[in-house]
Amino acid sequence: MTDTPSPTASVASASVPAARGIAVRRWLRALLPALSLVLVVTAIGVLNPRAISYFGFSLMLGLAIPIALATIAQLFVITVNDLDLSIGTFVGFVGCVTATLLRDNPLVGIAVLVAAIGVYAGLGALIHLRNLPSIVVTLGMSFVWQGLAILMLPTPGGKAPDWLLTLMGLKPPFVPFPIIAAIVIAVVVHFGLMRTSYGTILRGAGGNAAAIERAGWSLLRTKVTMFTLAGVFGVLSGMALIGTTTSGDANIGNGYTLLSIAGVILGGGEFVGGRVSPIGAVLGALTLTLAATQLLGFMHIPPDWQVGANGIILIIVLAARALLSRRGDAV
Amino acid sequence: MPEIGNTIVKLDGVERHFGAVRALDGVTIAVKAGECVGLVGHNGAGKSTLMHVLAGTGTPDQGTITVGGEPQTAYSVSRAQTLGIRCVFQELSLCPNLTVAENTRIYHPSIRGIGWRRRASDLISAKLDEVFPGHGISASDIVQDLAIGKRQMVEVARAFTVTDAPLRLVILDEPTSSLDAHTSSQLLSFVRRTVASGISCVFISHLLGEILGNSDRIIVMRDGKVVTAGAASTFNRNRLVTEMGGIEAEPAAVAAAAMADRESRKLRVRARPVRQSDGRELIAREGEIVGLAGLAAHGQTDLLLAVFRAATQRAANIEVSGPVALVAGDRQTDGIFAQWSISENIGIRSLARLRKGLLISPAREDEMAARWRDKIGIRTPDMHNNILSLSGGNQQKALFARALGSDAGIVLMDDPMRGVDVGTKLEVYELIRDEARGGRTFLWYTTETDELKNCDHVYVFHNGRIVADLRRDELTEEKVIQSSFAESA
Repeated sequence: MTDTPSPTASVASASVPAARGIAVRRWLRALLPALSLVLVVTAIGVLNPRAISYFGFSLMLGLAIPIALATIAQLFVITVNDLDLSIGTFVGFVGCVTATLLRDNPLVGIAVLVAAIGVYAGLGALIHLRNLPSIVVTLGMSFVWQGLAILMLPTPGGKAPDWLLTLMGLKPPFVPFPIIAAIVIAVVVHFGLMRTSYGTILRGAGGNAAAIERAGWSLLRTKVTMFTLAGVFGVLSGMALIGTTTSGDANIGNGYTLLSIAGVILGGGEFVGGRVSPIGAVLGALTLTLAATQLLGFMHIPPDWQVGANGIILIIVLAARALLSRRGDAV
Repeated sequence: MPEIGNTIVKLDGVERHFGAVRALDGVTIAVKAGECVGLVGHNGAGKSTLMHVLAGTGTPDQGTITVGGEPQTAYSVSRAQTLGIRCVFQELSLCPNLTVAENTRIYHPSIRGIGWRRRASDLISAKLDEVFPGHGISASDIVQDLAIGKRQMVEVARAFTVTDAPLRLVILDEPTSSLDAHTSSQLLSFVRRTVASGISCVFISHLLGEILGNSDRIIVMRDGKVVTAGAASTFNRNRLVTEMGGIEAEPAAVAAAAMADRESRKLRVRARPVRQSDGRELIAREGEIVGLAGLAAHGQTDLLLAVFRAATQRAANIEVSGPVALVAGDRQTDGIFAQWSISENIGIRSLARLRKGLLISPAREDEMAARWRDKIGIRTPDMHNNILSLSGGNQQKALFARALGSDAGIVLMDDPMRGVDVGTKLEVYELIRDEARGGRTFLWYTTETDELKNCDHVYVFHNGRIVADLRRDELTEEKVIQSSFAESA
């Protein structure tokens, strides 16, 4: 209804050096997750040279796989400008199902996990159709998952199915299993989200939803797709977690919500605008795993202080990233 | 002159309402094959709404759409696309986080499968080369890194790319608004070539020269209606301005307040827009109603906000003497407190006077609310009701009461009459003139040319600058429109 010819009448020509500057900064920003990982690994290597070995990485990165999977789940949700505050307790719930039902009664276990993914798809539809803030919906769901997890496994226990233990305990030659798994996750998701033609639509829905709708695409479908994928990767994360720790605990995944958000952001993603990087997110998850658990141990920080130190490391790392990206945006 | 063929699209009696506003009030138009139709009209004449109906993004409340002789029952975006109707919207509809090629893919569902990226790149690059030779845009550029002009180039070129669906009609809504003179002329000559090849165009622009020089036929809209249509050769600039303006003079409802003594009155506001390069400045004196005119969003609101800020903090180029109150135009976002009652909404600007000790005195608040209910005629059984219980016009009256009931000697009005019915408007005009006689100063931005008749002095804005400075006796609609369309760039 408003006719607004832009007041900036003649700005069609951007100068070439500015464009080159943008390219360099974009490149630097893309390298940032890898650089922070190298930094953390180097620090660990200096503190404890023996950790830099096949066995050391297998041990240190054991927990990185479930965190990377949860981070990817969060990335799908963030791509469409939402946030999932329930992913941590969801991973915990899946863990409890895996350690009990999936071992004792595989068919029922699979049915429960598929239904849980269905719930995620439904949440996506609900958030889109009723235009609800995802933070509120998923915050509510986080208590639902937590409650269900406690119902399934009131005290820590249960046992992972044997096939899962075998899978997570693989010892391939030369390269530790967690590193191979991380590469596979990163490549598969990068291809699906960044390279396929429908992945373009999914990211576009985060960038300019109105444009996607005007081009004739269904925003409901994009939202449901993304939340379903988040559910799938949440399930994979919970299973990988139990495969690594061998038994379940209703509170086992609680820290994952914040770790997954931090991993996406550290990996170069942004909360709004559909700007995400799956490879960066996996690197971010690895960095956080190492920085938040292993590095502190090598620095002889007492366990009582580790949780607090975790938080401080998170803030420092994210602040550094924010600084760099702000400089990158100020063109 | 290209050969004009069969009718491609016909709209018949199309109406579209937004609340009480009739954006389209029974519009009937037809576009033939190989024809370029220029569409002009003032702000809010309904051009953009009409385009949304054609593109399938807005559904008409009344009327029929016929495409290629077939009446359309379930008309939608994807239906429009299959029928070969494309639209370049005024607000950019590219995804900033995607590359140029990826944005092209979004437009074409058929670009998929292995090698889609290559095909999308080739498609858009070829079209960009064709429309804007020497454009300097790469298909792998991310859109947010492109300057706004280049984004518009991508968007225009994208609308002309063809994959599986045919291309029959392209609607260009202000396609040159961010382009410079060179790329504009590239685009316009491309449009002429395209039209010559049998594709139709609907071309909307505020630059009347572009319309006159490139259309076969011109349609003029005003107040949601088509006022005139005819071959472009029968129009000239003056006739267009006259037809757009709604010249039939209203009865002189304005009591002529003689402002012969202007110079002797006390200065209240002196302000120069940031982008003003010459010495022009806005001056408002005690008891004056000063109008800010021109096309929407050409710096009027910015100046009002700058004056508002200057009342409390020092600012360069702006002098303000006395307290200031602002009547917001977008009342839902900037005006009302949706959780509060009517009297609380009125009293918020005058809390100092309503205070008793540390607390707000309910008695004084009620007293103030009651006085203004009678004075401005807010229709409600109880001023303690929630503000949202009022109709839009009455909510706006409450906002006027908030400003006029305050101690402010200067009242800024940011197009406050949007979506307000005629009866309320006349009541408020009367009140404003009364208050001005009492010594208050009003700065009044309005997109409705008729409202300017209430002003003692009018400044016309264009691209953030004051381009004309008209006294009451010099003020005619033609002059205002003529200066707003000044093709200075």
